[in-house]
Amino acid sequence: MDVAIIHQKVIWIILGMGIVTYIPRWFPLVLLSRRNLPKWLVEWLNLIPAAILSALLLPELVTNGLPRHLSLWQPELWVAIPTFIFALKTKSLGGTVVIGMALFWLVQTIM
Amino acid sequence: MQNSGIKTSILQGLTAAWPICLGYIPIGIAFGVLAQKAGLYPIEIMLMSILVYAGSSQFIAVSMLSTGAGAVSIVITTFAVNLRHLLMSSSLAVFMGNTTRKKLSLFAYGVTDESFAVNHTRFSQKIWSLDKALVVNHTANITWVVSSIIGGYGGRFIHAGTFGIDYALTAMFICLLIFQLKGRYYVITAVIAGGAAVILSLIIPGSSYIILASIFAATTVLGIKKWMLR
Repeated sequence: MDVAIIHQKVIWIILGMGIVTYIPRWFPLVLLSRRNLPKWLVEWLNLIPAAILSALLLPELVTNGLPRHLSLWQPELWVAIPTFIFALKTKSLGGTVVIGMALFWLVQTIM
Repeated sequence: MQNSGIKTSILQGLTAAWPICLGYIPIGIAFGVLAQKAGLYPIEIMLMSILVYAGSSQFIAVSMLSTGAGAVSIVITTFAVNLRHLLMSSSLAVFMGNTTRKKLSLFAYGVTDESFAVNHTRFSQKIWSLDKALVVNHTANITWVVSSIIGGYGGRFIHAGTFGIDYALTAMFICLLIFQLKGRYYVITAVIAGGAAVILSLIIPGSSYIILASIFAATTVLGIKKWMLR
């Protein structure tokens, strides 16, 4: 295929990706704000952040590869434990990031 | 707004944003490198980072491009991967109050896993405003775009794994999760969501496990709560 045609395709893909990514970000904000939501929905939405963060985090800690497989002996999981304790004690986001990175680097250098 | 108010918003926004930026730099560079290897021009890398602005889907799109996937399947995959933002924006909508649609549309652009978590935490502590949240979103956005361009030009010279920077976002999620554990029901939600996500991520390919596990956990816990209070 011609280089120009390939890059025309890339531009269309980027535009398409942009649209389908923006709509789910935009739609609930304009639909749900300025509106009195039912109490159960507010309660449900309140639980969503804890759910999403845990759902994003845990598979990263205990699985690896593509397709994913269980991998409990990886530094991601073991570094998470002291990082978790540090975060729990200090409640400092910046501090936790720095400590987590330092421990991960240390473990990777040793191993 | 007064001048000092704007200054405070910018300052507090930047303070909240820096851990996100620290995480975006290596990932943005890595994305730029991969995109360049897949044959994208720097201008295209920049366009994708500006118009899409969603890390994991950008990685997936680039790897699909290099295997010769069709445009439609790449766009559909992107939609599926980024559908989780629907939940995040819904969750943030609660705090928006009376805001113009224009400002909401601008804010919507910057909703990512990380900006969502940082902003939601502060909104629910009642120490946050939309202006500060916009500073967070756009600081993170600029960092992402610039990092990916740097990667596209010559990131292959930067050694991966330096200073454990690969772990920045994981460590950030750990702390943000702790901020969200505001009571018994939140802890139960996190445990169910995490467990379900691990199991689902092993069974189904792709990243739909995030949205499925989150909906399942929140719905289950709300059900338990209603049943207990009956």
